[in-house]
Amino acid sequence: MEIFFQQVVSGLATGGIYGSLALALVMIYQATDVVNYAQGEMAMFSTYLAWTMINAGLPYWLTFFATLVIAFVGGLVIERVIIRPVENAPILTIVIVCIGLLVILNSVAGWIYSYIQKPFPSPFSERPVRIGTVVFGAHDIGAIGVTLVVLAFLYVFFRFTTLGLAMRAAAQNPSSSRLCGIRVGWMLALGWGLAAMVGAVAGMMVAPKVFLDPNMMAGILIYAFASATLGGFTSPGGAVLGGLIVGVFENLVGTYVPFIGTELKLTVALALILIVLVVKPSGLFGRAAVHRV
Amino acid sequence: MALLTVDGLEAQYGWIKVLHGLHFVVEEGGITTILGANGAGKTTTLRAVCGMVKTSGAITFDGRRIDGAATETLVRLGIAHVPEGRGTFVNLTVEENLRLGAYARRERVRLADDFARVYRYFPVLSERRRQLAGTLSGGEQQMLAVARGLMLRPRLLLLDEPSLGLAPMVVREIFRIVRTINKEEGVSVLLVEQNALLALNLADQAYLMETGQVVRSAPAAELQKDDAIRRAYLGY
Amino acid sequence: MRRFPTLPVALALLVVAAMLPFVMTGFRLFQFTQVFIYAIALLGLNILTGFNGQISLGHGAFYAVGAYTSAIMIDHWNVPFVLTLPVAGVLCLVVGFLFGIPALRLEGLYLALATFALALAIPQILKYFEHWTGGSQGIVLSKPDPPVFLRAADARVHLTPDQWLYFLTLAVLVVLFVLASNLLAGRTGRAIVAIRDNAIAAQAMGVNSALYKSLTFGVSAAYTGIAGALSAGAVAYVAPDTFNVFLSITLLVGIVIGGLASIPGALFGAFFIQFVPNWAQEISKAAPWAIYGIFLIVFMYVMPRGIAGSLRLAWARLGRARAGTPTGA
Repeated sequence: MEIFFQQVVSGLATGGIYGSLALALVMIYQATDVVNYAQGEMAMFSTYLAWTMINAGLPYWLTFFATLVIAFVGGLVIERVIIRPVENAPILTIVIVCIGLLVILNSVAGWIYSYIQKPFPSPFSERPVRIGTVVFGAHDIGAIGVTLVVLAFLYVFFRFTTLGLAMRAAAQNPSSSRLCGIRVGWMLALGWGLAAMVGAVAGMMVAPKVFLDPNMMAGILIYAFASATLGGFTSPGGAVLGGLIVGVFENLVGTYVPFIGTELKLTVALALILIVLVVKPSGLFGRAAVHRV
Repeated sequence: MALLTVDGLEAQYGWIKVLHGLHFVVEEGGITTILGANGAGKTTTLRAVCGMVKTSGAITFDGRRIDGAATETLVRLGIAHVPEGRGTFVNLTVEENLRLGAYARRERVRLADDFARVYRYFPVLSERRRQLAGTLSGGEQQMLAVARGLMLRPRLLLLDEPSLGLAPMVVREIFRIVRTINKEEGVSVLLVEQNALLALNLADQAYLMETGQVVRSAPAAELQKDDAIRRAYLGY
Repeated sequence: MRRFPTLPVALALLVVAAMLPFVMTGFRLFQFTQVFIYAIALLGLNILTGFNGQISLGHGAFYAVGAYTSAIMIDHWNVPFVLTLPVAGVLCLVVGFLFGIPALRLEGLYLALATFALALAIPQILKYFEHWTGGSQGIVLSKPDPPVFLRAADARVHLTPDQWLYFLTLAVLVVLFVLASNLLAGRTGRAIVAIRDNAIAAQAMGVNSALYKSLTFGVSAAYTGIAGALSAGAVAYVAPDTFNVFLSITLLVGIVIGGLASIPGALFGAFFIQFVPNWAQEISKAAPWAIYGIFLIVFMYVMPRGIAGSLRLAWARLGRARAGTPTGA
């Protein structure tokens, strides 16, 4: 029974990371109808920047918040400079630009930092946390906490602030938003900034577990797709919940089903995507698209 | 005094020219209507005033030239456009829709007063304030769209075919409210309409458009009595 | 707008292409053969995504099925290479059609996700069926020999295996391109495009949307499968990791860069995906993919509708300039 709880908590921690990245994907998808395939690489690159700062001697939490700011600005700049020239182009054109971005970030990270894995510190203690008779990793509990704080911040921002409302409006209905005086282009840029920031959190929380290397986020991106598919690409909350479910499911399957090793774990995620798409494409919490004639 | 003056306005979509040199004026505090059949270019005219279409020619608002300005800037100058098809944010609540209407206002915004004002004109919106806008009926959504425009405290209200798709009783109610707003708050109105009967009842000045040009310009009362207009546009 | 003189240009290019194997050798020739193979694969994907609007991020899977079909037939049963091509085509046609049926329920993003998952799963699946596929090691083949009448000592024309493969691929390409051109120009083509532009309206006008979409999937898969089979011969080796998700993404890049809904676009795209990575390598040894990424982004800025799209635009502008703009605007 104790193993069960351990695996669930551990699953929630990884699930939170999947969910965060999935949230970033959904945020941009809702505003632009484009899936930002470079989201994982942006997170990876942010994490490398954090690594550089920590290696230079900066304290962890200072680095953490500095990285959030850098990621936010980076995301904003990428949208204004790289995405804006093609924002009215056909969707596949924008997809190719995102793929180009993915490839550039991955390659530059490998060039600057090499492909050798690097350890990344966790701000949480090494000593395990004991609740009752069950032992949990401190990092797992900490990661869950950090994810919750970030999500709470975003929720409050979007639901209760005017700027958040304007961003939601710009995502849903750009032309009406302009008629309200909202600068839609900048709302988009802000969205990219926030998404990049969320991705950076995911990167910094996962790096201590899987070690930092340029291909670190590739697998996680796939799990993020699975999470967003499960939760629904039209539902930010759903994407996060989807992440938690995928994380826990992955861990439990890995523990209790004997022949699923690490190799097949990925196949499980893929099978999950396919099953959801066949049964209910819009996901658990998403809205089915209504086509008006 | 003229609030909005349009002179020699031309507009095109891609290679196709839709407006061929329009002239019209909206007097401060007045209601001006532009009438015409489908395809005359009425909606394009409003979109041109709002900076949503490529134009050439002079558009003057409150003494300054605004042609070429971006839509968002014009909103901040006090031009509220209630678009064709209403343009409500269907996935946001009524209250959120209204709040967005006030987004562009620079000065310290006393939203509570504005909400009260708008709910006074449209009580049904107050009842439905927490509902998603998409669940409102067509007439209610049109009221919401007008209300959103009013939240801006605009100098000029542009109404694009507000009667489209609505039951006659609802339309009359909306037009009555527009007249009240014009009288009580001095909001100038530029109304584009296919329903000439209602429009001429409401407006002070009327312009008749055909294929991108103004063909008649007269006080509304005069056009109401005109036989030719009656036959062509009012159907009797 | 004057019609572009497609036939004379195509014939001229064909003549040039037929002469190349006698001036190029070895690796260069192989690269051009690979370009033609990619062109066939890209045409397949373009039929589905460009003309019919169904986005597939998993066409590498059909490429793999075609390649392995050919490899297994040669390796296990000694089937002559040329015969493996139609078999690969028919098999992929069926597989593609069957895949097209559940795909009917999926739109845009969701279809892209499903095909993406498929592309990711393919290497695993290939490794799993070890007995047939040779597992992770793959299957090593020998390069197909030209038929006797082209290689015997007393033959009038002597072709090396490389040259034979080149001409075979070129011939298959011409046949498949002409077939596609006829298909897309006629009623079927109009139905396919109508479904892309407005499925509901097309259905309302009597187009059996479901049937056409599944058939298009099948035809698209068949084209890409034949390309895969040809590549088995050209590379003389198949292994699971060559058919990973990166291949599918490369094919998508190819059709967007080449030009969606364009038959010549498949050729332009094929040149891009074959040669630009090499150029990128020459420009920067340290971070070649960064250069490739920059190429991709710049291309999309300058030609958002692909090479074919930009050429079409240029031709139209030329036509308008000669005729004089109608509205004088």
